[in-house]
Amino acid sequence: MATSKVTAANFDEVVLKSSTPVLVDFWAEWCGPCRAIGPILEDISNEHGDKLKIVKLNTDEESAIAIKYGVTSIPMLNVYVNGEVVKTIIGAKPKPALLKELEAFI
Amino acid sequence: MIRDLVIVGSGPAGYTAAIYASRAQLNPVQYEGSVTAGGALMTTTEVENFPGFVDGVMGPVLMEDMRKQAARFGTELITDDVVEMDLKGDVKTIKDGSGNVVQARAVILATGSAYKHIGLANEDRLSGRGVSWCATCDGFFFRDQTIAVVGGGDSAVEEATFLTKFASKVVLIHRRDSLRASKIMADRALNNPKIEMLWNTEVVDILGAEKVSGLALKNTVTGELSERDFTGLFVAIGHIPRSELLIGQIDLDNEGYVKVDGRSTRTNLPGVFACGDLVDHTYRQAITAAGSGCQAALDAEKFLAH
Repeated sequence: MATSKVTAANFDEVVLKSSTPVLVDFWAEWCGPCRAIGPILEDISNEHGDKLKIVKLNTDEESAIAIKYGVTSIPMLNVYVNGEVVKTIIGAKPKPALLKELEAFI
Repeated sequence: MIRDLVIVGSGPAGYTAAIYASRAQLNPVQYEGSVTAGGALMTTTEVENFPGFVDGVMGPVLMEDMRKQAARFGTELITDDVVEMDLKGDVKTIKDGSGNVVQARAVILATGSAYKHIGLANEDRLSGRGVSWCATCDGFFFRDQTIAVVGGGDSAVEEATFLTKFASKVVLIHRRDSLRASKIMADRALNNPKIEMLWNTEVVDILGAEKVSGLALKNTVTGELSERDFTGLFVAIGHIPRSELLIGQIDLDNEGYVKVDGRSTRTNLPGVFACGDLVDHTYRQAITAAGSGCQAALDAEKFLAH
């Protein structure tokens, strides 16, 4: 399935209360490396979205959540299981490297 | 099928090589890199010194336009990484991250450079926790904070100046007592009231448990040690050539740059050409990289004609 957008309004429901692991992509329009991994995350979501839900959080629009999770560098990918951050990946990585980092969830 | 030409890399050098080679009907395949497509300019802001752009141009826009120009003449663009190269012999073999293999009679290497790390134990641990190599990516998160930039060249000065848009104060830490940066950029930084210069100073440690809280500093003249609070550190101390796939099969110099024959782009292997930051210790500009990409395409064209 395709990735979807998450906001402060549905973050609790979509991410924290999800019954499956959720990867949140903290990104922004002006961040080149974020745009570079966008299509890679779409691919991974299409291939593994049934096991790992992938959602995108725009740090410009949702700065309160970005601050809450201590974002100082984007792209930052957080994996949430039962409302807790269990994995953080910082910086753009090629698809094989991302898949390897995420292999516990897919 | 054996192709004429594969281009590895996609900064100004790689795209310019692709524009020339595709116009010369060499039908090049170009590996752009899966996350590094567009090269170093993708994380810059405004480029003021690329000739022809009177009012400046955004780095990412310039690269997107070069890419379109390469595609316009038939370059086959592949957004993947090269993971293996066999460059010896008449037919070169290139393998990508998806397992595809391309063979060609000539290869242009334009893989550019990567950010240099200071080499401190805490640098990787706190990477993304206050330590950054990309002001345009991460500056936003340091709004109203006091942050440090280490370095003294154009990139350091550009980052420091850019970061004043967000930070309350930017301290530029440099080992020497004058900047290496071009005069116009250095003056801009020195006259910026939000930038404080810390001359003759080296970062000896990055402090912080979960995230950066400060830096341990050493005065390079007196040897005096000190600590100072910062919430962020931007590292801009230069680049290293991305030649790791070439080790053992092509002549590199002591610093890892590909060696080329005189003013040409010819490497020690027939049919293999190198250009851009991968060969350039000295100039490292978008325009010089583009110029050497053009040379590489012309050298490859000449090689393939024989």
